Amino acid sequence: MEPLSNKRKVIESKPLSFMERIYLPAIFKGLAITMKHFFRKPVTIRYPEEKREYSENFRGLHSLKRDEQGRERCTACGLCALSCPAEAITMISAERQKGEEHLYREEKYAAVYEINMLRCIFCGLCEEACPKEAIYLDGPHVASDYLRKDFIYGKDKLVEAPLNQ
Amino acid sequence: MGLTDILIKLGLIVIIFLISLVIAMYSTYAERKVAAFLQDRVGPDRAGPWGILQPLADGGKMFLKEEIIPTNANAFLFIAGPSLAILVSCIGTAVIPWGQQLVIGGHVIDLQVADVNVGVLYIFGVVSLGVYGIMIGGWASNNKYSLLGAIRAASQNISYEIAMGLSIIALLMTTGTLSLRHIAEQQTGFWHGHWFTWNVFSQPLGFLIFIICAFAETNRSPFDLPECETELVGGYHTEYSSMKLGFYLFSEYINMFVSGAVMATLYFGGYNFPLMHHIHSPNLVAILGVVVLFAKIFFFIFFFMWVRWTIPRFRYDQLMDLGWKVLIPLSIANIVITGVWITYFK
Repeated sequence: MEPLSNKRKVIESKPLSFMERIYLPAIFKGLAITMKHFFRKPVTIRYPEEKREYSENFRGLHSLKRDEQGRERCTACGLCALSCPAEAITMISAERQKGEEHLYREEKYAAVYEINMLRCIFCGLCEEACPKEAIYLDGPHVASDYLRKDFIYGKDKLVEAPLNQ
Repeated sequence: MGLTDILIKLGLIVIIFLISLVIAMYSTYAERKVAAFLQDRVGPDRAGPWGILQPLADGGKMFLKEEIIPTNANAFLFIAGPSLAILVSCIGTAVIPWGQQLVIGGHVIDLQVADVNVGVLYIFGVVSLGVYGIMIGGWASNNKYSLLGAIRAASQNISYEIAMGLSIIALLMTTGTLSLRHIAEQQTGFWHGHWFTWNVFSQPLGFLIFIICAFAETNRSPFDLPECETELVGGYHTEYSSMKLGFYLFSEYINMFVSGAVMATLYFGGYNFPLMHHIHSPNLVAILGVVVLFAKIFFFIFFFMWVRWTIPRFRYDQLMDLGWKVLIPLSIANIVITGVWITYFK
């Protein structure tokens, strides 16, 4: 068969030379290498006391943002749910009533907004799709839990704390 | 021999016993630390400052673990195995000369429990008994992995004992005595006439063979096939738990300590150190000698660990090849060369 590239390398099994067969030079070389590591600075990060810094574009837990006046930005357009490749987001929209202008910025808002954290792959497509800059993946890791139903995060866990608190 | 002498001997025995136990305890800690440093980690550092209390925590854990004796195991032999292993490794220290004589208030204190004139043979006897603890334990467990580990230990120890013995014969031809005290005294100082006094400089090949065999005899990596985890679960101590497992692990570390002491005494001048003749207080020389001997032993223990975390394990047939086809012919050649050298150049 014609070789696909010129990178073919014939492996030959040569018998070991005398110097290789007495092992000792190789063993001393190995000992020297490990001794070099003995004096090297350990790379350990002592976890609970020291924490490793996250990268700037780390994607963690989602948060639903509020605007400057503390109103929820989300208008329940559903683009995040549509863009989500893992189909982790569900929402139910509702119409803003009179007197709720200080709670919701738009006339339509998400009455229920749930993200299944077991489905989410933290790809960040929801934050890219959002026209209202309402969702960002800027939180920490998702905490562990015992039951699957506890991984479905609702608005109580996702919406940012109000401004005045 | 008066009452004071007996008390002094008894005190010495207790001290040496305690020292070897403490060293074995802290060897487990040192092993983990050395392994960590060689791999750019920090090792255990939670129990006490720098993890210095880690061995106590481990010991407490070992004591509190559930004691399991498998249903089909032979209960008597199952308990006898680890007991024998630790007993045999502890009695090896009896003939090691720890230092020169101390003179305190007219009393001459020998820093050696028993100056047997067949000290080297005693050590050999003890070393070859060591494998019985492993064999009995492995057989009594009634488990195929344990049995395989025990068989490996037995055949490996027998094979390497031959090469070890032959390398010692060449050494004994130059020393002319079997007493460890005399062998240590012959290596006094560091330089005499026109050559080093330490035996390693007159028997370099013998020392090389001896140290390789010491690795095999103590079942240390690269010859740790009896407890080879990747093939045999835990080898001969697969079925052991609680302090019986602790005894097996402990005896390995005491063995390391003893073989370090034997190597230091036979080949590295024992308690002798360079320029010791320029210090005029004999007690000071004796105390410094003890310190120096322990420094040498610690170096050997460190070397055992250093090698363990550098060299991968041998395959079993390679192990046997090395023992029978390389080390034994080499040690016989060493005997012949030593004989020629003694006949024509001494």
